[in-house]
Amino acid sequence: MSVETGIAKIETRDLDFYYGPSRALKRVNISCHTNRVTAIIGPSGCGKSTFIRSLNRMNEVVPGTRMEGTILLDGHDIHASDVDVVELRRRVGMVFQKPNPFPKSIFDNIAYGLRINGLKDKRKLENVVERSLRGAALWEEVKDRLGENAFALSGGQQQRLCIARALAVEPEVILFDEPCSAIDPIATAKIEDLIETLEKSYTVVIVTHNMQQAARVSDYTAFMMLGELVEFDVTEKIFTNPANKLTEEYITGRFG
Amino acid sequence: MKKRKWASLKESAIRALFLTCGILAVLVLVGIFATLLTTAVPAFKEIHLSEFLLKKNWDPTSPEKAEYGILSMIVSTLMVTGGALLLAVPIGIGVAAYLSDVAHWRVREIVKPIVEILAGIPSVVVGFLGIVLFGPAIAKIFHIGNGLNAVNGSVLLAIMLLPTIISISEDSLNAVPQAYGEASLALGASQWQTLFRVKVPAALSGIIAACMLGMGRAIGETMTVLMATGNARAFPHGFLSSVRTMTANVAIELGEVPYDTTHYYALFAIGLVLFVMTFIVNLVADVILRKYQEREQ
Repeated sequence: MSVETGIAKIETRDLDFYYGPSRALKRVNISCHTNRVTAIIGPSGCGKSTFIRSLNRMNEVVPGTRMEGTILLDGHDIHASDVDVVELRRRVGMVFQKPNPFPKSIFDNIAYGLRINGLKDKRKLENVVERSLRGAALWEEVKDRLGENAFALSGGQQQRLCIARALAVEPEVILFDEPCSAIDPIATAKIEDLIETLEKSYTVVIVTHNMQQAARVSDYTAFMMLGELVEFDVTEKIFTNPANKLTEEYITGRFG
Repeated sequence: MKKRKWASLKESAIRALFLTCGILAVLVLVGIFATLLTTAVPAFKEIHLSEFLLKKNWDPTSPEKAEYGILSMIVSTLMVTGGALLLAVPIGIGVAAYLSDVAHWRVREIVKPIVEILAGIPSVVVGFLGIVLFGPAIAKIFHIGNGLNAVNGSVLLAIMLLPTIISISEDSLNAVPQAYGEASLALGASQWQTLFRVKVPAALSGIIAACMLGMGRAIGETMTVLMATGNARAFPHGFLSSVRTMTANVAIELGEVPYDTTHYYALFAIGLVLFVMTFIVNLVADVILRKYQEREQ
């Protein structure tokens, strides 16, 4: 399903997903466009995390799972035999639910993605680290202590560090899997501001539990329930004039 | 009211019981150390400490002049232990990495218990394998007459250390939060890069602890090396020399030695040196662990 015309950056076609025998996604069709934020909302267990994790093939890490359907990135099947999953994940970055910095210094956390690609030049690394930290609005807070362990940062700062780490490898798409569920409201506000800035250069997909958050940051919203896509439309329309009765009941807080 | 009194009585009884257990354990340890110390110290009335530690000749029953130098045995112990670690540490970490990251979970469920059972093989059985299997094989490979030497001891000790190193390293690799691995993969790292750049460093404290535990065990192991290394008293010239470790020497001679002689005390002094060596290994391990834990917090 597409709300916007033109070629989508990421598009799923009849996406099915199984954990063993149980079906977590049922024929989900969603398109995400460049320079737009697409939010996925829905009650717990509706499959929104499963959906977003299939976009960079992170679900393959879980044993006993199976996927059917097609996912296209720039029109190319991401499961095609000539696609290198390592390369795919470099293009489609991800920020997780809980901040998960490595037990390394702030600098080393951000340099990690470049070093695994063989970049050793100290000057270049320093440049990228600074650019990424600025991009994640964290530079001013940490510029004097890049050598400190990342665990010394607050939860909100750690999450922005993880965003900076994702930015460092210059992805085209950034997936946010409930990025604010483990941090306080002030830190949440900072990350929401950040997402709006990132929109200008990236394709952003965000899974969120928080409907206000979806309303604030996204251009398009998809409402999912029990593994099915119920409604997908312009965010404003979803929140003011939803077409589906279930969507209306969910956003007005009658369940969820 | 009465019920409550009974409960508090029970509470203090349990407290007293556990306190007794704790004190008992400490007392036994202190007792062993005191016995070792008081039996070892008289040896130094007649033997100079530097002579004891730095002379190569050990010949306490010589009719002319008894000699009490244990340097050959210290070197032998370090050689056999070092050789064992050289073999067991890389293999052990490799197997642990395979089990935690590469192997199918069904393979892991089968292999890990088997590896742990290996730890239960009596050392005399391992020594037996050294005599009938590894010794002759080593003699054939290196074209020497006798395969009972330091290499044989190292190989056998390595086999004995592997279960400890594999099991503890695998546990600590598994204890690395899944989030680290996911973060690394999501950045476009391969499975290898994730394993060696994120997981192994994060599990390093546990892996070092595993190796140190293994080292402590290797230094103290007696029966296997006694059976497999040939027990020549001469100073070792290399890994193909027949060697006598400190533990083997104590085991060989303590049954025959007359009580309350310098020789008898000297054997306890060897025990004391062994104790100091393992103590230092454990201390170093502890310091390393603490450093890493501080860095991670």
